[in-house]
Amino acid sequence: MQVTINLQRFDPETDAPMAKYQEYEIEISEVSTVLDAIIKIHEEIDGTVAMRYSCRSSICGSCAIKINGSAALGCKTRLVEVTEDGGTITVEPVGNLPVVKDLVADFAPFWNKIKSVNPYLKTSGPEPEFERIASNESMTNLLTAQNCIMCGCCVSDCTVLEVDSTFAGPAALAKAWRFTEDPRDSATNERLKTLNDADGGMWDCTRCMKCVEVCPKEVAPMDRIMEMREAAIQAGNTNTPGYRHTESMYNSVKKNGRLDETRLAIDSAGWTNLPRLLDLAPIGIAAMRKGKLPPIRPHKSEDHKKIKDLYDSVENESE
Amino acid sequence: MYEHDLLIIGAGLAGLRGAIEGIQEGLDVAFMTKVHPVRSHSNAAQGGINAALASRGDDWEDHALATVKGSDYLADQSAVETMCREAGDAILELEHMGVIFSRNEEGKLAVRRFGGQRVARTFFVGAITGQALLHVMYEQIIKHEAQTYEEWFATSLIMEDGVCRGVVAMDMKTGELHTVRAKAVIMASGGAGRAYEPTAQAAICTGDGQALAYRAGSPLMDMEMIQYHPTTLPTNGVLMSEAARGEGGYLLNSNGDRFMEKYAPEYMELASRDVVSRAEQTEINEGRGVDGCVLLDLRHLGRDFINERLGYLQEVATDFMSIDLAEQPAKIRPGMHYNMGGIKADVNGRTEIPGLFAAGEAACVSIHGANRLGANSLLEAVLFGRRAAAGAVKFIREEAERSVGDESVKESEGKRLQEILDRPKGPRAAAVRRELALEMDQNMAVFRDQAGMESAAAKVAEVKKKLPGVSTDNKGRIFNIDLLSVLQLENMVDCAEAIVAGGLMRTESRGAHNRTDLTARDDKNWLKHTLAYQTEGAPRMDTSPVDITRFEPVERVY
Repeated sequence: MQVTINLQRFDPETDAPMAKYQEYEIEISEVSTVLDAIIKIHEEIDGTVAMRYSCRSSICGSCAIKINGSAALGCKTRLVEVTEDGGTITVEPVGNLPVVKDLVADFAPFWNKIKSVNPYLKTSGPEPEFERIASNESMTNLLTAQNCIMCGCCVSDCTVLEVDSTFAGPAALAKAWRFTEDPRDSATNERLKTLNDADGGMWDCTRCMKCVEVCPKEVAPMDRIMEMREAAIQAGNTNTPGYRHTESMYNSVKKNGRLDETRLAIDSAGWTNLPRLLDLAPIGIAAMRKGKLPPIRPHKSEDHKKIKDLYDSVENESE
Repeated sequence: MYEHDLLIIGAGLAGLRGAIEGIQEGLDVAFMTKVHPVRSHSNAAQGGINAALASRGDDWEDHALATVKGSDYLADQSAVETMCREAGDAILELEHMGVIFSRNEEGKLAVRRFGGQRVARTFFVGAITGQALLHVMYEQIIKHEAQTYEEWFATSLIMEDGVCRGVVAMDMKTGELHTVRAKAVIMASGGAGRAYEPTAQAAICTGDGQALAYRAGSPLMDMEMIQYHPTTLPTNGVLMSEAARGEGGYLLNSNGDRFMEKYAPEYMELASRDVVSRAEQTEINEGRGVDGCVLLDLRHLGRDFINERLGYLQEVATDFMSIDLAEQPAKIRPGMHYNMGGIKADVNGRTEIPGLFAAGEAACVSIHGANRLGANSLLEAVLFGRRAAAGAVKFIREEAERSVGDESVKESEGKRLQEILDRPKGPRAAAVRRELALEMDQNMAVFRDQAGMESAAAKVAEVKKKLPGVSTDNKGRIFNIDLLSVLQLENMVDCAEAIVAGGLMRTESRGAHNRTDLTARDDKNWLKHTLAYQTEGAPRMDTSPVDITRFEPVERVY
């Protein structure tokens, strides 16, 4: 098939003006992957193109790039999945990381975040003589995160990292989950507390699902983060804006059948958290000026009784 | 200039395990890798890691016998004994580090059966054992805060009076050359599979460590022993794990027959890899193949079982063949997979160059002889990675002297690299590699003969002549993978030279070296390793005797 690869270029060594994108027209077999196409460009047309790749079988994690705007492994994406004969594909380096050259990103910030979650088994007491006993189910459960190949697709497309570089990010948090879920790890509560309390920790995820969509290995980092939140609450970590936010939403819908946004903001900040409340004040005043301030005393929704019944039946079920 | 006690080249399983050993011994240790550690090719080992656990009533001697028989009696038996005796502890150590091994009903480590062995003693993590081990080893590196040179490419050893004192290496991110001195260097840089096309090995497996050691005077041993894995994809050489057969998969020919019955009536699909690959190639050559392949059939195992135990295989089948293993058999064929040969090293990693140690696929200890058993490579990597580091620690404490520390090698390497960048337009490295690699796959493959190997030798000579003219489009310094391709090509050509020379020298058939013109194993003359030493011209060849301790060579039947 014939495809045009529209490839983002960047060369830090030249001051010469350079088009941001360069088009390469190639003829390539239909079973080829996007990586095959880029390798073909590098090997046969233009040796100045830089790219990382190695295993060609989605296990080494080297070749994450953006394909038509979405992060993916070049070796796991077949051309026919993203274009048709005669079509064009745009390839760019992964997002949320600095670019070194062309499709090569600087992964140092990525690895630093991985390192920040203390990603190694912590145990107490002397090593047992033989293996630690653990159920196959508990180990199979961990496979979800062990499948992570650290390719960076999730970090590339994370919408929180786009605006807040302090967020630990989906890859590091999925890695943390691998230890909080490991029955052999003795630091579970300490890990949960740290990631619960930290700025940029588990509560900074906005549940946009991007990481789940782009992960090539079905790690579903967002689901792992949500499971950690639940585990953190179960372990008694309730004094956080994240937890208060969740609880306020739960209570206000239960009571009024609708969300009390004013109360949600104050509950999340904490009623005694003066600095944070003062932060909120200008937003409230601006909203009031535009007539957008939610009512101080919330209206009850018409079917709030039905909603309460729903709450009751769910709560009874879970008991 | 940088300086360390111990410098490890390569950050796969062997290199990382070695680094941990050195750090635990209190040394100043650094490792250097041309990629990031978790990108290393140890990742691609799927099926498992062998060990005879005494606590299970298993016997290390049986593992040793299977390994020696698998090697077609070319392995050094005292080295095999060392490995098999220590294997159980290595597995338990990995579990203690955090590897999420699959478990049995009692919650203990589960095992599956692998080729060339009578009993199930292969420990595994689904079908991603190598990845799971490598990532855990990297976790331990983070815990131990090792010093790293990531995306640095070693271009030359620094030799002083015949002793290895470090390396000159290029930082890929800046393109700058640096001197990194060390009292001892361990080569743990992996295989040389890219001298073949297709190959199951990753793009990074370019025989760098072998070539650097070879140029510095170390012999490369048994390089002719190339493993063709029985189940690789016809399109791109990607591996389908032996676990597929270990878990009960069948190999079928175009008549739907389980043809292994003819070749290995007792072990069937789980005979040694060389035996299965020859059987497949024979079926294909005699017209009972399917599109140049045979079929790997897992349908009878059921979808749930396939997904849990062989999930990664299902992923590979979907991605590259658009088939569902629970519904359709996969077309597979023998493909280049592993280098049994490598830098001649002993059980403590010592090479013939003082100060230089070697471990893992880059080394030849020799554990695998003429054919490696499945799931012995991960074991070799962790176990001899540690042993080589222990050997290096001992050398550093007892023998090493501080080097003088001049920068002359860096200067000459700088000139050499600049000369490559300055070359006028010539052939591209990729095209020259392909030319060599296709020839290797044609004539240094499952079946060989004199004429074919001479053709391969002529091709190596031809490619060698082209090397000085190979040019780069990219004349810059920052992340110049074009320049890297040229340097890697030089390394692959050196490895190919030794592979072909070993093949021509060994006038018999043994294990993976199967000559259609000399079909018999010749124990009288060839219980010997081949050794290739680099010279200006053709390599100087020598041999060393095989170490036989307890298993007398007998006819090999599966």
